[in-house]
Amino acid sequence: MKSLLKYLDGYKKYLFLGPFFKLLEAVFELIIPLVTAKIIDVGIAEKDKDYIIKMSLLMILLGLAGLCFALICQYFAAKCAFGFGTALRKALYRHINSLSRTETEKLGVSTLITILTNDTNAVQTGLNMGIRLATRSPFLIIGAAVMAVSIDPVLSLIFLIAAPIIAFVIYKIMSTTIPMYKKNQNRLDRISLLTNENLEGVRVIRAFSRQEEEKAEFKKASEDFSAHSIAVGKISAFLNPVTFMIMNLAVSLIIWSGGYRVNTGNLTQGDITAFVNYMTQISLALIVLAGLIVYFNKAAAGANRIADIFSVTSSMKDGDEDITENDSPVIEFENVSFRYADAAESSVENISFSLRKGEVLGIIGGTGSGKSTIAALLPRFYDATSGSIRIYGKDIGKYKLSSVRRFIVSVPQKASVISGTIADNIRMGKPDATDSEIIKALKTAQAYEFVEKLPQGINSPVLQGGKNFSGGQKQRLTIARAVVSEPGVLILDDSTSALDMNTDYRLRKSISEDLPDTAVVMISQRATSLKNADKILVLDDGECTGFGTHDELAETSPLYKEIIDIQKAGE
Amino acid sequence: MDTLRKIFTYSKKYRKNLAAAIIFAVIGVVCSLLVPILTGKAIDCIVGKDNVDFGKTAVILGILAASVVTGGISQWIMARHTNTLSYLTTRDIRIDFFNKLNKVPISYIDRNSKGDFVSRATNDIETVSDALTQGFTQFFTGVITIAGTLAFMFVIDFRIALIVIVLTPLSLAAAALITKFSHKAFTRQSHIRGELSGFSDEMIKNHSIIEAFCYQQTAEERFESLNSEFGEAGLKATFLSSISNPTTRFVNGMIYALVALTGALRAVSGNISVGTLVSFLSYANQYTKPFNEISGVVTELQNAIACAERVFKVIAAENESDDSTLPELSAPDGSVAFDNIDFSYVPEKPLLQDINISVKPGQRVAIVGPTGCGKTTLINLLMRFYDTTDGNIIISGQNIKEIKRDSLRECFGMVLQETWLFKGTIADNISYGKPDATEEEITEAAKAAYAHSFIKRLPDGYKTIISENGGNLSQGQKQLLTIARIMLTNPPMLILDEATSNIDIRTEVKIQQAFEKLMKGKTSFIIAHRLSTIRNTDLILVMKDGNIIEHGNHNELMKKNGFYSTLYMSASAV
Repeated sequence: MKSLLKYLDGYKKYLFLGPFFKLLEAVFELIIPLVTAKIIDVGIAEKDKDYIIKMSLLMILLGLAGLCFALICQYFAAKCAFGFGTALRKALYRHINSLSRTETEKLGVSTLITILTNDTNAVQTGLNMGIRLATRSPFLIIGAAVMAVSIDPVLSLIFLIAAPIIAFVIYKIMSTTIPMYKKNQNRLDRISLLTNENLEGVRVIRAFSRQEEEKAEFKKASEDFSAHSIAVGKISAFLNPVTFMIMNLAVSLIIWSGGYRVNTGNLTQGDITAFVNYMTQISLALIVLAGLIVYFNKAAAGANRIADIFSVTSSMKDGDEDITENDSPVIEFENVSFRYADAAESSVENISFSLRKGEVLGIIGGTGSGKSTIAALLPRFYDATSGSIRIYGKDIGKYKLSSVRRFIVSVPQKASVISGTIADNIRMGKPDATDSEIIKALKTAQAYEFVEKLPQGINSPVLQGGKNFSGGQKQRLTIARAVVSEPGVLILDDSTSALDMNTDYRLRKSISEDLPDTAVVMISQRATSLKNADKILVLDDGECTGFGTHDELAETSPLYKEIIDIQKAGE
Repeated sequence: MDTLRKIFTYSKKYRKNLAAAIIFAVIGVVCSLLVPILTGKAIDCIVGKDNVDFGKTAVILGILAASVVTGGISQWIMARHTNTLSYLTTRDIRIDFFNKLNKVPISYIDRNSKGDFVSRATNDIETVSDALTQGFTQFFTGVITIAGTLAFMFVIDFRIALIVIVLTPLSLAAAALITKFSHKAFTRQSHIRGELSGFSDEMIKNHSIIEAFCYQQTAEERFESLNSEFGEAGLKATFLSSISNPTTRFVNGMIYALVALTGALRAVSGNISVGTLVSFLSYANQYTKPFNEISGVVTELQNAIACAERVFKVIAAENESDDSTLPELSAPDGSVAFDNIDFSYVPEKPLLQDINISVKPGQRVAIVGPTGCGKTTLINLLMRFYDTTDGNIIISGQNIKEIKRDSLRECFGMVLQETWLFKGTIADNISYGKPDATEEEITEAAKAAYAHSFIKRLPDGYKTIISENGGNLSQGQKQLLTIARIMLTNPPMLILDEATSNIDIRTEVKIQQAFEKLMKGKTSFIIAHRLSTIRNTDLILVMKDGNIIEHGNHNELMKKNGFYSTLYMSASAV
């Protein structure tokens, strides 16, 4: 948690100034009763009307000064909290971006999102509240306690017993209910899950006429949630009444035993009044403090999670060379094996192949055979567990990551676009691409035919998740994004599944015509798509069971032969 | 106001809780107002050395203790009843909301954002619930405290009480003014926060792409510009809202000073005693406090009403047309006819025009054509997820608009491109369409769908819990499970929409064989991109831009040398 302190740089002074002004306000507030006393003791007693008016004006002035101090404190608190929050979020987002895929997968996407949005907010709010309130309540509690002891040490015993009891009750109730509230949050999550599932599955649910069962299940979840909410509520409902009772019973006790002390002349009536006032003040301050603890709890938990993320660093070492072309193969795999972190078995074993400029490599195999793993190793999203991957004869780790990823571009199975315009999305592949280059890329990807028809053309907006485009359209946009830079290596990982065959065919043709120098790695489940590849790698359960041209494999690889036969039978 | 009335209609069922809450709130507040009076009276009995009336003190303290205990218990009972009232009320609203989602036409759900519905079912209703629990308690006790204090003040000295009443609007006006400003700032803050979280969400979810395209820097720039905008808006909103407390405190301080001034002047002229002035001042202090709380509660209530409005808007949405009086689909023989169908999702953009199809029992119909030509729409109409704009669909001689929807849908087995699984066991997911299926039946269905072998290898077999929408399964495995679902229900007609697009070829062949078994004697509609799989169908409908441009079997269409044959040739030429 300490590691987060550096984001307070430039705001640290507010950490002291804020509470300082708050204390000033509190002090001014404490003076008011004294002024009232003066009005009674001097003004009324001496029938001095001018004095009364003067003192009343003083009271208003004090109030005004208190207001100014309070406003300064609130401003400093907000300034410090948001300055810190903004710096923290910025650093955290940069840090998340610096992580490699191994780490982000381990941490989990939804966790990262929650931490970046919710936890940073909780820390920010905690800081804001802390500056505003955390000094005032302890100040009042300690001040009141000191005053009480100085008036009468014996009577203050009641005081020193009651206050901890109140604190204990507050602590006990909160420490019981906070975990219960957290658990209840899971029940609310279930309500959200059921609603989401119901909406996503609306067609299936209605197709099976299961609406009644869905309703019954939701009803059960809602009842469960409300029953538990009521149960927690029952316990938290104790908080105010119990503190109220302890406080006032202590007050009665103070008055009763105070009576004896007054009777023996050890104490005055005024002292008892003061005692009672301090008792009230302490209880109120304790309740405010308890409320603060909730904020701090959340903030501390958030801060810990944030610090945990900062402590994770990318396991991938960046190189420092740029890629320069030479006579060696563009890509070379030599006995490459890869095992995902925490996985029991390797996803690919002992894979070797090489690919030259302009060549096409096909990779074929069933689901889970390791095709996509190879696609992820190529742009160095992961480092191979053993074996070596080379670009132009040099180990891939020697090059700058940014240089590798500009050189080897992949179109993933799942088409994802980002919000912005179509041009923005294409420019992800080449930041300085001109409009005509973008249009050329769209044409290669067979996407221009629909982009052209949009009223704003390449400047048409893309909504979050690309939900204003169909699956096939998104796929073609992601292909355009990949080809715009005319990369050295293009990976097509089953990236045309949502296209009809005619478009699919035209797409493959235009890629080979428009990008003659690009080496293409084409991953597919269908032999027909790979027929014209220069080499085909047949994968089965992570191992290479055949390597060669279509015709060679048709003779030598039983698996490849089986796939061809099946497909022939289909046609 | 309308929204408030609706909330009260829901809480009517729990009026006993409401009545109890109000009664105990009154008792609790009266007791807590008595406490300062009794404390003061008790102190009055302790005058000085050898001048303490112990007998009287004991009586007063006894009453004090009794009212403290009664007050405490009443507060607790009140809190419990308001809890019960608000949680049960919001529970009922929530259940109605969800039930509504299952009654509205599918078009209503398709039109709106799903995330937004979920947020209404959770966040919005929770806000209402919080406002009901906290708001009610604070608002109600606040009002009673103000009324009680005012009453006490009037009894003591009505002139000073009048001054207090006249000055009260000052405090309220200050609070209202600040609320108005801060509300604007808050709206802006939450708007930007929404954008910032939306952006974070998108960028982190797409981390792999950001990484692949070295997009980090641009993403960071975009993030930082939103982030600093949020920082500024947040600073403004937080500061503006945080000035409300000190300001009302200041205004209240002024009221206090004026009471002290007039009270002291009246005391000088001998109209009131010093003791009266002191208790007056303490009441003036107490009287202004609830205003702070109430003004806080009012903003919370406003927010809650806005949230409730969003929920009630959905609950008020129109249902699917009532079909409870319609007959069931009787003895479906599998014949289907589309009769002059016109359809469009939005009136300005006609999609399907004058579609006529006639399918004999047991025929297999394939629908092919480029993306967006209306293939999936035909299925939407067939299942009556949407109603035709014009024309009728006739199944076994019965117009589907004149029979119960459920009875129509039950006779179709549907496998969609987008697989849908829910969080639960594999077995539950397979038996979704037939909840009373035995274990053997489920295993049989899974075997028939070639899902058995992978299920067997999962840690808990058929009892393995799959996460939300099958996150822990591959796309192909998910597809196999939805196929197993249909294998189990064995309906008389089938709809297969791109059913095997995500499954590797060897598995796909097995599934084709399984489908072959399943389709025997059943009317089937198949949407496929891969023309090779539909060569043996009885009827191929070739669609383009919302029209059926060719129809016939494979050989007929190939002879025609039209659109289909071009599609087919280009596909196999690859």
